[in-house]
Order: sequence, then structure tokens, then C-alpha cells
Amino acid sequence: MELDKKTQAGLYETMLTIRRFEEHVAREVFDGHIVGFAHSYIGQEAVAAGVCRHLTVKDKIVSNHRGHGHCIAKGADVNRMMAEIYGKKDGCCKGKGGSMHIADFGVGMLGADGIVGAGLPISTGAALAAKLEGKKNVAVVFFGDGACNEGEFHESLNLAGIWKLPLLFVCENNGYGVNTPASYAMAAGDITRIPEAYHIANATVEGNDVEAVYEAAGAAIERLRRGEGPCFLECKTYRWHTHFLSKDIEDLRPKGEIAAWKERCPVATYADKLLRRGTLAPARLQSLQAKVQKKIDDAFAFAAASPYPKPEDALADVYSA
Amino acid sequence: MREITYDQAAGEAIRETFRSNPRTVYVGTDPVLDMQKEFGEDRVRVTPIAENSFVGAAIGLAGSGYRTVVNLRMATFGFVAMDQMINHAAKITYMFGGQARFPVLIRMTVGAGFFGAAEHSISPYAMFMNAPGLKLLLPSTPYDVKGLLKTALAENNPVISFEPFLLGKAKGEVPEEDYSVPFGHAAVRRKGSDLTVVALGRMVPEALAAADDLAKGGVSAEVIDPRTLVPLDTAAILRSVRKTGRLVVVDEACQTCGAAAEILARVASDKATFGKLKSAPARVCGLDVPIPFSPPMEKFAVPDKSKILKAAKGVLR
Ligand SMILES: Cc1ncc(C[n+]2csc(CCOP(=O)(O)OP(=O)(O)O)c2C)c(N)n1
Ligand SMILES: [Mg+2]
Repeated sequence: MELDKKTQAGLYETMLTIRRFEEHVAREVFDGHIVGFAHSYIGQEAVAAGVCRHLTVKDKIVSNHRGHGHCIAKGADVNRMMAEIYGKKDGCCKGKGGSMHIADFGVGMLGADGIVGAGLPISTGAALAAKLEGKKNVAVVFFGDGACNEGEFHESLNLAGIWKLPLLFVCENNGYGVNTPASYAMAAGDITRIPEAYHIANATVEGNDVEAVYEAAGAAIERLRRGEGPCFLECKTYRWHTHFLSKDIEDLRPKGEIAAWKERCPVATYADKLLRRGTLAPARLQSLQAKVQKKIDDAFAFAAASPYPKPEDALADVYSA
Repeated sequence: MREITYDQAAGEAIRETFRSNPRTVYVGTDPVLDMQKEFGEDRVRVTPIAENSFVGAAIGLAGSGYRTVVNLRMATFGFVAMDQMINHAAKITYMFGGQARFPVLIRMTVGAGFFGAAEHSISPYAMFMNAPGLKLLLPSTPYDVKGLLKTALAENNPVISFEPFLLGKAKGEVPEEDYSVPFGHAAVRRKGSDLTVVALGRMVPEALAAADDLAKGGVSAEVIDPRTLVPLDTAAILRSVRKTGRLVVVDEACQTCGAAAEILARVASDKATFGKLKSAPARVCGLDVPIPFSPPMEKFAVPDKSKILKAAKGVLR
């Protein structure tokens, strides 16, 4: 069954916003205008877009080092995100966090964590809160294939399982943790064998197909809202850039493999599909693209206009009031 | 003499040891292709991202007769392995009555100054100073990192090497011939008579730059680099302070309960040295905050030459 047109256009717009945002960030990192470690989400847009489309602001997400896409899809303010990445005062974390630690609690985005696997236990707490409140809200945690080898991952699955938490585990399997292949690092082979062992409902989807992600996530999140316990979704995808954006780090992945995945671009293939189906007329597609580009240009203008924090601001927020 | 980088020098220490001792194993999350090629994938092992487990595996290997090198990369990832390092590596020799030896070398980078934000920017060696049973290195030059790692790789105890991230690409003279640097021997980086500056890790070059500036104003500063925190060469520090009567301790880590606090305490509690002090000693440390991302705030939070100069002037007044 075909998704309604509004959903289709919405999924596309979210993916494109992430893509344009990340293209801007990559350019600015390579030009030396953005400092620090920025992990690009380019190539994985369909995962965040397809999952978050089902969430309301009352639902919570927990993200990882590769978190810009999750933030955008959850509805974080792109102006304040952009300002944060530049270390500006009006950034969502007042310049304290930067690219790796974006959070927007106002939209239920509980923060990106730079420690591999560390978001998983935190997400169990967010899910327990949702369960205790009893309002059918849910939590979602995004993590990579590499995180599945940390103890915290296994402990979190077990905890979510025994407490029947309304928690969706979204594993973005991009095949590698830095340069280490998942096929080497994971004894289980198929990742879903692990949630299976913990008796957690699970599925694997083509993570570059936004509608496949959308449908699988929708079914899982409905289960969560019905109180049937946690679900696990493996999304097979690929990152286009080096582990973090830098000219100085090695990419040991096969060149042909990278090229093949770029052919399967989640954003471009979906645009083609929408045109073919007639969901969007070419003119409508163009105006949507222009709208998204303007949003990113405006975000940059906002970030550029924002001052740096004062040095002494370093002392603020160590404790809350 | 040839010049190589800090990271290259560290790599040489490990490779030379692996050549001479076949009962050596390396573990870390990143493939080290040249080492894998030379020593084989049995001995140079890529691990999943599972720090607590691979540090534990290293301890088990060590207790079973294999000298083991662990690369944790950044101290921040090391926190995931705190259980194995503190509950086990530090205590295992003692707790089991010295029955076995645990020759494990654990390396991790420390420090701030590269816009890594709060999680990735930290210098936690003082936490480990509080866990007896570990020997702790804080090399500040390519020569020292190679020499200290050579000693570590002949040592029969768990050793942690804290290597300032920003020094990795720094170049320095390293001899071709074999040498080692003993633990517990501070280096006097610059001789002086008016003021002692004890500087740790990445603060050593900052302190030397400050000493150059002080010299232009007619002040002669002695710069001491302890090189190892456990064992700490207290005698060298006391000797210098007795001579100069003035002390500034510089450390990039947070001030509270840091290595600098320990050094000041050792000076203050040594009667002969305390009596020679001409002014109250000072600390120049990281502020007691997590390291913020934004460059102006980060710069404010970590020590540098100008902050050392300011403290030196205060102590000299
Ligand atoms: C505990 C910990 N160990 C190591 C790192 C360094 N590191 C950052 S991301 C990463 C790879 C993570 O791989 P994966 O979970 O698959 O996510 P991906 O980067 O592929 O999106 C590593 C090793 C870290 N941040 N935290
Ligand atoms: Mg991965």
C-alpha cells in the first residue's frame, strides 16, 4: 500500500534537510571554519527520517556521536543546531557541546553521546519514565553496529526486556566501527540474533529505503505504545564520509564498496521514486529543494550572526540552579 | 640526531620489544597494519569496541605469561574500562599475595586544546594516582615516551602511559640506538635559581616558553618535568624548591585533588623545604569544569603560557 502523499513528501523533506545540513557542515569542516570532531550522517538519512516520523514531541530519543540527522528528524531547531556546531552563544547547548553533543530537550531529543554505547542505558531510563507516566509515550535509541559489542548494549537489552520498556532500539548497521568491519567484530553474525536471545521483537530492514524503515518502525512503535515491550530494528546502511570529517584520517573501506553504496543514495533514489509515482511534480520538487536550501542558508546566517560565548561562560552550568 | 614524532617514538618502543620478545600481544580497536604485517594477527589483535573486556583480557594474558600492550586511544574511552583498571589491574598483584606478575602496558591520550568537548577532553591521571598498584607515566617528549615505554615493557607490573593528545605529532630528537628512561627520575628541563616550575605533560613546553619570557625580565626559572607520576621523584622537586624558595605547579588537569595538589602537599609537609619557602606556592591548573567545546571557553578553561607567567609573577612578588 502506498503511503499518503503528505507522508512521502515529509519523509523526503526531512532527508533532504539532513543532507543539505550535513553538506554544509562537511564543507565548513574541510575549509577549517568548523573545528573539532564532526561525524557526518550523509548516507544514513533514511533511518532517522523513517523512524522519527512516528514520534511526537512527548516521545524521547537518545542519539550517538553521529547525531545530526537524529536531531533534525526529531524536530530540533536547525538554527540553534548550526550555531552549536560553530560553538556560538545561541547554540542549543550554548557552545558547550559542539557537533558531538547536540541536545534539544524541548523536542524530546535527550542528547547525543560521544561514548560508544553510552546512550543505551540512558535510553532505558527515558523509556522507564514513559512507562511510569503511562501515557503511551515511547523512547528510541540510535546506535551503530560497533556499539553492539559494548557491555552496556547487552545490559540495556536485558533491562529493557525484563522491564518490558517502551523502547525501540535502532541499530544503524553501516558495516563498520571506524575501520573495523562488523563482520569481523561481531560473533553473532546477524545482529538481530542478539535481541532474539533476549526475547525482544526484532526486524532487519534496508536502511537506505526510507519507506521500508518507516513501515518497520511504525509497526514497532505501535507495539511499544500498546505496552508489549521493547523492539529492535536493524537498518542496513552506509556512511559516505570518513569516520569523522577529516583529511588526515584513513578510510580502509574498499573504494568500490563506497561507490556502490553511493549509487544507492537514500535521498536521490527517493526523489526519483516520488517523481515517477507522480507524488511530486518536478516543479514542486524543485520548490521543496529550494525551501530546504533556504532553511540551511538561514541556519548558517543565524549561526554566523551569533557571537561566541564569553570565555567566563565556561564556568556556568556545571551545576543546575 | 634524527627527529621523529612522539607517536612514532612510542610505536618504535613497542615494535622493538615485540621483535625481541615473542611472548607479547597487542590489543586495540583500530587495525595497526604495519604491526600486523610484521608480527601477525595472532599477536597484534583488533578488538571489538569493548574496552572493559579487552583490558580484562590483557590482564588475563599478562597473568598467564604474555606481556600485553593495550591501546585505549583516548582516556575518555578508558573510563569504560575503569572496573578492570581499578578493581583488577591495580589490586590483583597485592590481593593475591604476589603469586603472579601482571606485565600490562595500557596507553591512552589525555588533555584538551583540540576542541574535543567535555567527554573527549580530560586528563584523569590523578584518579589513578589514588589507586595504588599502578605505575603511571606522563611523557612530554618523543625521547621520553620511547624511553619510558621501553622501561614499562620490561616492568612486571601494570603501567598506564598517559600521552598528551596534542603532543602526538610533536617532533624531537630520538637516538637510533637502544636506551630507556627509568621511572621516578624527574628531568630538569631548564636550570634556574629564582623559581621552580613543576610542569606536567603538555604543560612542559608551555612552562619552558614561560621560562624564556621570564628570563627576558631577568628571572631565572627552573623547569622540572616529573615524567612519571607513580613513582614520583619527590626528592628532585624538594631539592629544587629548597634552592629557589618559590614554586609554581602547572597541570592541565582540573585543580581539585589533582597531581598538582599532591606535589604541593609533598613540598608543604617536608619541614626542611617548607622552611625555605619565600612565598606561598601556586598552582596553574585546568578549571574545575568539564571542558567546553567553544574555542573561547576552552581556552579559558585550560592553562597556557600566559597563565603560568601570571602565577609566576604572583609567586615572585
Ligand atoms: C567507549 C568508546 N570507545 C571508543 C570510542 C571511539 N569511537 C568513536 S565512534 C567509534 C565507532 C563506532 O562505531 P559504530 O557504533 O558502528 O558507529 P558509526 O561510527 O559506524 O556510526 C569509535 C570506536 C568512543 N567514542 N567511545
Ligand atoms: Mg558503524
